[in-house]
Amino acid sequence: MKLKKNIAISETGFVFDPTTGDSYTLNPVGMEILSLLKEGLELEAISARILEKYDVEKGVLERYLYDFLGLLKQYQLVEEDDEN
Amino acid sequence: MKDKKMEKIPFERPLIQKINAGLPSKYGMIRRPEPIEDIEGISVESLLNEYGSPLFILSEKMLRKTYQEAYRAFSSRYPKVQFAWSYKTNYLNAVCKIFHQEGSWAEVVSGFEYEKALANGVPGSKIIFNGPFKSREDLKKAVENDSLIHIDHFDELYELLDLAENLEKRPKAAIRVNMDTGIYPQWDRFGFNYENGEAWDALNRIMISKQIDLLGLHTHIGTYMMTVQAYEKAAMKLADLAIGLERKYKHTIKYIDMGGGFASKNTLKGAYYPGSDTAPSFDDFAEAIVSALMKSEFKPDHLPLLILETGRALVDDAGWLAGRVVANKRLADGRRATIIDAGVNLLFTSFWYDHDIRPAKQLSDQTEDTTIYGPLCMNIDIIRDHIQFPLLKKGDPYVIRRVGAYNNTQWLQFITLRPRVVLIDPKGKSHIIRDGETLETLNRCEHLPEHLN
Ligand SMILES: Cc1ncc(COP(=O)(O)O)c(C=O)c1O
Repeated sequence: MKLKKNIAISETGFVFDPTTGDSYTLNPVGMEILSLLKEGLELEAISARILEKYDVEKGVLERYLYDFLGLLKQYQLVEEDDEN
Repeated sequence: MKDKKMEKIPFERPLIQKINAGLPSKYGMIRRPEPIEDIEGISVESLLNEYGSPLFILSEKMLRKTYQEAYRAFSSRYPKVQFAWSYKTNYLNAVCKIFHQEGSWAEVVSGFEYEKALANGVPGSKIIFNGPFKSREDLKKAVENDSLIHIDHFDELYELLDLAENLEKRPKAAIRVNMDTGIYPQWDRFGFNYENGEAWDALNRIMISKQIDLLGLHTHIGTYMMTVQAYEKAAMKLADLAIGLERKYKHTIKYIDMGGGFASKNTLKGAYYPGSDTAPSFDDFAEAIVSALMKSEFKPDHLPLLILETGRALVDDAGWLAGRVVANKRLADGRRATIIDAGVNLLFTSFWYDHDIRPAKQLSDQTEDTTIYGPLCMNIDIIRDHIQFPLLKKGDPYVIRRVGAYNNTQWLQFITLRPRVVLIDPKGKSHIIRDGETLETLNRCEHLPEHLN
């Protein structure tokens, strides 16, 4: 899963999608995940980075991470990997 | 190792929200529901742990305080005021007893409620019997107990006249009057109409019969009334009938009963402003009613007793429904769905109100566009649609405010059992005032024919 290339993320947690003209706000954890996605990290790696930094159990993080990715899909901010 | 863990940042679930998608509130900013962590000094968490979830919680202090406020609003303007507790609004015995202790009579609308009032120790002469259906037996009992029978229609009037002929006691009665008070819809289903002369037909019939003591005139113009002018008009029209009776029959009525209907601070579904901003105060209602009576031709030393049957506005604020989150889901359109353990079967008023639901513990500032569902397997089971709500997770406690009116009487035993109700007394001690139902409670009413056993 990749963030669409033209999506702009500001440092204050604003996201702008030039294709649709929609903008979004993120909370800090959301911002972090999106930035890691933009860097091209895979889910496993993102999860590891968050676990290192935040006080959260693996199982709990996994639930919310999938939930969050679901939303990104819903908002069409991500593209599935080609092979999928 | 330990130190490293200490450095970790507290985790909040990741969130992304479309700007403008979560409907900003009508005030142009998103209002975050502040948590309610305790009720009358007791933490919601500890109440749920002790009594189970979900749980209705009533505050005796609030019931008494609200009653006293309402009473003062009227008694400071008018010399003779009497409240009659509208049983259907909440007839848990503890609630009724509190209002009776404060001085309220009882207002009932069925044989069952009538029996309940008697069992609560209310003398028959302080029970107002309203409603379109009183059986012959009910009427007989009410006559024998000197109760105040509010006649709803001609069939009832004739039944009462018939009873009066056969009983030793004279019925004590009033007629219920419906009228145009400028509000829509007009409640013309109950009582005799003022404008078309029906009310006068009924009064003439009673006066000519000489068999009924006509003590009062009653109206109940509607419920959740937000305009005080309607009461002013209603009071003027009842006063007009009373003065007419003086003129025509030299008959002085003893009381004017203005019914109930004052809006509570709950917000009606679809209302633009919250009910806490729009509901007139007791003082506003009192001013409208009393000024109309004072402007009428009643002689200042012969003012009738003013009776009020206020229900909702006396009890709504004193009740809470607490419980826990069952699950979070995401709907097909991406919206958050939160399922709680109380549904519309317990919170009947969620069909009328956008109830004020709050988390019962501190959470972060983040909110999400959420729809709150009850646990029933039914599409209609929606407690709140589309609200900006904090990120509660499974097991977290919530509280719904202002649920004291009509829920403990209109709740349904549907799919789940009705839970416990506790009362917090003025010293902060909690008491169970209604047990939670069990399978046994329900099975007690059922019988299996032998061939099914
Ligand atoms: C005759 C009568 N009196 C009093 C009430 C109490 O009304 P409320 O709860 O609106 O004050 C009702 C409610 O419908 C009623 O029918």
